[in-house]
Amino acid sequence: MKKIEFSKKAKKEFNTIVGRYPEKRAAMLPTLHLAEKEFGCISPEVEVYVGELLTVPAVKVREVVTFYTMFAQQPRGKYHFQICRGISCDLLGCTKIRDYLTEKLTLEVGATSPDSKFTLSEVECLGACETAPMMQVNEDYYGKLSQKSVDKIFRKLK
Amino acid sequence: MAEKIISKFFDIRDSHTIDVYMKHGGYKTIQKTLKKMKPAAVIDEVLKSNLRGLGGAGFPAGRKWSFIPKDSSKPKYLIVNADESEPGTFKDRYIIDHFTHGLFEGIMLAAYAIGAHQCFIYIRGEYVRQAERLVKEIEAARKRGFLGEGIFGSKYDLDIVVHRGAGAYICGEETALLESLEGKKGFPRMKPPFPAIEGVFGCPTIVNNVETIAYVPAIIERGAKWFADLGCERSGGLRLFGVSGHVNKPGVYELPVGTPLREIIYNHAGGVLNGKGLKAVIPGGSSSPILTPDEIDVNMDCDSLAEIDAMLGSAGVIVMDEDTDIVRALYVVTRFYRHESCGQCTPCREGTGWAERILKRMLDGHGRPEDIDNLFRIAGNIMGNTICPLGDAVALPLKSYITKFREDFEKRIPVDGAGASKQRDSLMLLN
Ligand SMILES: Cc1cc2nc3c(=O)[nH]c(=O)nc-3n(C[C@H](O)[C@H](O)[C@H](O)COP(=O)(O)O)c2cc1C
Ligand code: SF4
Ligand code: FES
Repeated sequence: MKKIEFSKKAKKEFNTIVGRYPEKRAAMLPTLHLAEKEFGCISPEVEVYVGELLTVPAVKVREVVTFYTMFAQQPRGKYHFQICRGISCDLLGCTKIRDYLTEKLTLEVGATSPDSKFTLSEVECLGACETAPMMQVNEDYYGKLSQKSVDKIFRKLK
Repeated sequence: MAEKIISKFFDIRDSHTIDVYMKHGGYKTIQKTLKKMKPAAVIDEVLKSNLRGLGGAGFPAGRKWSFIPKDSSKPKYLIVNADESEPGTFKDRYIIDHFTHGLFEGIMLAAYAIGAHQCFIYIRGEYVRQAERLVKEIEAARKRGFLGEGIFGSKYDLDIVVHRGAGAYICGEETALLESLEGKKGFPRMKPPFPAIEGVFGCPTIVNNVETIAYVPAIIERGAKWFADLGCERSGGLRLFGVSGHVNKPGVYELPVGTPLREIIYNHAGGVLNGKGLKAVIPGGSSSPILTPDEIDVNMDCDSLAEIDAMLGSAGVIVMDEDTDIVRALYVVTRFYRHESCGQCTPCREGTGWAERILKRMLDGHGRPEDIDNLFRIAGNIMGNTICPLGDAVALPLKSYITKFREDFEKRIPVDGAGASKQRDSLMLLN
């Protein structure tokens, strides 16, 4: 297994994070968020490394990584489209937006494009139901979606 | 129209900054409290205000705080639940975005009342921008000496840590949240022990929803009686109703607890989209039983909704117009709980999957004559047989949608049995 390590900057950030908690293991989620940013995804090597950092067995890290939906176990595309499929978005036609995106990206839900540019996912309610139908692209929310507004978002990204 | 407490900040420019918050009277209450009030007096005031938990369960906040053991030598923790993942709920996001320091002042008062020196804000992982805002504003407050050692020049120390979740609805359940905060997968714990006695890191812990905490400054500033009088008999104050679905003006409306549902939909949220008729309303987030149009004169408080076998939950109102496919709505809701079940209890883990599959085949035109009975049986087997209330959160909708809209479900079952497959499957286990 390839040995990996945080950059100097990430190490410093990790030390700050650990300092916030009375127990080291409590730094698990923030450390995994940091590791995903640093390494692109949480590969088995990353699990082992995070386990060493927090002095817990790697299997305990795996248990956490697989429990939560946000952690990427494989690299995701540069732009991660996450379409909400919750009840309020469903009432306002999110399936049409999803179908439009699958067509536009020629991607199935859950897949990443061969050029690693796009990943398409369906997710549960994102807590922005008043803007339904909505989606999250990387860290930002986009609401009141229509084919037209989706086109506009694309033009901005390229 | 009644006054606004939290939402008046939603329309003020840069209301999330310290300076704008202070210009509108912010941080005066905590300074006065640190000088003049004993922690027990703060708890007493909140108790008398009839502030009930606004995260879903509606437990009186002051009563919960009073469970913290006075004689324990262990550190005590305050946790603010900002996981906000119940479908139809989005109010806490507004509070974090626009009433940021109001939330901090509430945290200071609550932490002081229970004797905590550290507070964790557990925020859902997808709220990246909101987490960034919290971190930035905490830093700003610390720079002014409002957080850290000896806040506002007093002898009381307090720090706030922002802790991001990572995409798991179940971590909004308070004991799953504790596990998650400790760096584990979010499996709910058996209660007792209750968190107030043995919470995070084995220490006394209070978990409160963002909105619950955000109302505390106003209560301490203007008094318990004032707040209690704004609401109804056993539930004080105002609260933020989120309205989504088929309405003209979806959004957050701050109204007295007990405001009739009809008024919320038609006067505040602008009525049903495109002037259509109403088919059904979910009154309090997707865990709640559904209401029919002739039930919407109900007052929106915990007790009134309980009387008609519904619940106020997170006060997320989801409106469905006359063209809504109720079978699909129940399928979407059930699919959510199946996806979010942590898998610890068999009735929840298996039952949610069975129900989802039955509903899916009904949608696909392959409903079977026994399906409706089986859905009831599944719901019955989940109810009361699980560690946490997520099980009930799917059982109650299952029962209410089918009872109230039985015809819609029956229509999905081909009369000649053409769609029914003769194959035995795992559902036979139910018989
Ligand atoms: C499955 C499930 C999910 C929950 N999700 C949330 C949530 O996202 N936010 C929240 O504040 N409370 C949530 N709760 C309620 C919490 O368990 C807890 O009652 C609440 O945070 C207490 O705060 P309060 O008394 O101020 O309402 C959830 C409960 C259950 C059973
Ligand atoms: S009821 Fe469901 S979500 Fe709750 S503990 Fe049991 S399996 Fe997990
Ligand atoms: S249902 Fe889509 S954001 Fe809530």
